[in-house]
Amino acid sequence: MTILGHRAPLTAQIGMIVVVVYLLTALIGPWFAPYGQSQSVGDTWAPSSAHMWLGGDQIGRDMLTRLIYGARTTIGIAAACTIISFFIGATLGFTAAVLGSWVDTLLSRLVDVIMSIPQLILALIVLGVFGSSIPVLILTIAIIDSTKVFRLARALGMNIAVLDYVEVARMRGEGLWWIIRSEVLPNASAPLLSEFGLRFCFNFLFVAALSFLGIGVQPPYADWGGMVRENAAAINFGLLAPLYPAIAIASLTVGVNLVVDWLLSIDARPSGAQAEM
Amino acid sequence: MSDELVLRLDALEVGTITGLKLVDNVDITLKRGEILGLIGESGAGKSTIGLAAMAYARAGCTITGGQIRINGVDLRASTAAARRNFRGRSIAYIAQSAAASFNPAMKLMDQVCEAPVLHGVMSRSEAEKYARALFAKLQLPNPQTIGDRYPHEVSGGQLQRAMAAMAMSCRPDIIVLDEPTTALDVTTQIEVLALLRDLIREFGTAGLYITHDLAVVAQIAHRIMVLRHGKMVEVGEAKQVLEAPRTPYATALVNERRAATHTPLIDPPAAAEPLLSITDVVAGYQPGTTVVRDINLKLAKGETLAVVGESGSGKSSLARVVAGLLPRRGGDVKLAGQTLSPDLARRPRDVLRRLQMVHQMPDVALNPRQSLQEIIGRPMSLFFNRPAGQVKKRVAELLTQVGLPAEFAMRRPGQLSGGQKQRVCIARALAAEPDLIICDEPTSALDPLVAEEVLKLLRKLQEELGLAYMFITHDLGTVRRIAHRTAVMLKGEIIAQGPTAQIFSPPFHPYTEKLISSVPEMDTTWLDHVLSARAA
Repeated sequence: MTILGHRAPLTAQIGMIVVVVYLLTALIGPWFAPYGQSQSVGDTWAPSSAHMWLGGDQIGRDMLTRLIYGARTTIGIAAACTIISFFIGATLGFTAAVLGSWVDTLLSRLVDVIMSIPQLILALIVLGVFGSSIPVLILTIAIIDSTKVFRLARALGMNIAVLDYVEVARMRGEGLWWIIRSEVLPNASAPLLSEFGLRFCFNFLFVAALSFLGIGVQPPYADWGGMVRENAAAINFGLLAPLYPAIAIASLTVGVNLVVDWLLSIDARPSGAQAEM
Repeated sequence: MSDELVLRLDALEVGTITGLKLVDNVDITLKRGEILGLIGESGAGKSTIGLAAMAYARAGCTITGGQIRINGVDLRASTAAARRNFRGRSIAYIAQSAAASFNPAMKLMDQVCEAPVLHGVMSRSEAEKYARALFAKLQLPNPQTIGDRYPHEVSGGQLQRAMAAMAMSCRPDIIVLDEPTTALDVTTQIEVLALLRDLIREFGTAGLYITHDLAVVAQIAHRIMVLRHGKMVEVGEAKQVLEAPRTPYATALVNERRAATHTPLIDPPAAAEPLLSITDVVAGYQPGTTVVRDINLKLAKGETLAVVGESGSGKSSLARVVAGLLPRRGGDVKLAGQTLSPDLARRPRDVLRRLQMVHQMPDVALNPRQSLQEIIGRPMSLFFNRPAGQVKKRVAELLTQVGLPAEFAMRRPGQLSGGQKQRVCIARALAAEPDLIICDEPTSALDPLVAEEVLKLLRKLQEELGLAYMFITHDLGTVRRIAHRTAVMLKGEIIAQGPTAQIFSPPFHPYTEKLISSVPEMDTTWLDHVLSARAA
């Protein structure tokens, strides 16, 4: 299979199939879901059957339905976080790289301060103070995550900002925004894009972790991390219930990483390129 | 020189793993004590042949055909371990960039002694003794103790000599010299060249001397092979190739090189109002350090001023001061009577437009993600607010003016050769309709024949548009071909300036004389003449 002129290896193809299936589920899945996400339709941890394919959860809601709705919440929140985080992180990172001097120092130290606080603790504090609603959750994760994007964007920008074509743009009197958008960003897009895939995974695990701790997505909305927590007790009875959302989390993470691995390898040198000794 | 063959390459072929042929059917024989010069432009396969002589190919390349025999042993048929035994002991290599070839974390002595000890040729103490003798022979300062230094503690010319000592440490039969003096300043090059030649002659070592400079190879090689696109173009005795080349390509190379030292000098145009005047300029990077001081220069419309000097002389810094990239600490820079702000950010847009720059490395001076249309069109829409339709038409005109097809507008820089990229940089500068273009070594990254074409283009544009050029270069051949006036810089100061003809004729400033006399000429006896003249 060839995508954008590059041949995708089998692993990347598998990754793409997984990602596409989950994305479709998140986008259109709820229309096809058998029940409503907060609708109790059977017994607690009901075994799988013809009308509850994956059985029921801890209060008798349909597991499959919850997984489908959970895909929308979890992937949606993670995607929103990553997009916002890249917008903030890349803009500020490139600004620091292009302007340098005190702007760079100020932004970099600010980022150091945020990074010095463990991110889970920081998220706990912020969500504890402001209360956990979906917009607050997204913004909190996006800001915490943008510090890492800032670091990458600044490093990439530093290498590009010293090149002669950026110097020519400065000599022409181009503004900061033009330099970032036209000179720096297009030349940093490949590593940023692959980092986007990775950060999406981290964010989506972070959402799952926060939900698992009870300060993420609030009931009755389904999300995979929360579902693992709610159904955790079923493990004691040898039931499969918490494994379904856990498998969803694991498989999406692996799928995205397979695709990202391939994207990263495109710019590397051709395989088999070794010196003849 | 004896008749004994030490190296024999038969029908050598080297290709990339993607199937591209880098070296195609090249035959080389080298007798003991004989030096063969490999000449060609970049991409001619010179270095690839040099490495293949050791049965080595760079990452991504592979030796696809032919035989490589050292002292009669076929290296391609040998095992990797057997081949390794030859490298360093029977055949040694001197790379272009000594600074990149030494391990910065090891002392020089450890690196020089590594090969003889590993090959079991000498014990460590013998190897050290021998290394010190080589250091002395190569006229390195303090030969007894210089081995205790790290690579960063010696100069570039000294490091290149230390690498020669390393190559000679096992007394090899063959030595591959891959542009050993190209990265050095012209005054250092002559010293290193003379020492290398004497060393090779004394030991009776055979050599492959790789270079793009015919005048350098003239001093050292017995025979010369001209290569192009991986194929042999011409092989012959050095004198014959230099004086009566048989093929058109070799002739073009020889004529171009001859022009570097024999072009008649051009006189400055009749005195005109200075367009650029620099008075008492002082500048430096860190507070307290000064890289240029007391600079006074004038440049008139339609005139070319060359600023010449060796690396570290402050010539590029001066260009950056004028461009506003390095704010000056004192003095005054005026463009058409108007004082320029030291800082680029404070200069009005019209001043930015009138002063353009062409950089040394066209590869990094063009944004690889923009089409030529965007690159050349941007100054027009920024400075003149031209509508898109007009910009498009003007880009086509400019491309034609710099000698590129107008259809190139939709291409990206990656689809162009080095010379074409530099033409695009010139077109971008022209798009702003400037009065003055600062050219910072615009031809030094280009092959000689391509560089000559770019210089011709710059001269043509000057005649058509009345442009003034401030031309930074280290190459006196380029100065001859383009400059009306010349300023010679040494350690941040201008030590001589005036019409080029005056600078290039007696009475010289002593440094200028040294600089001019250090430019190799295509005469096999040139080096001996210069050395004996200097000794006298």
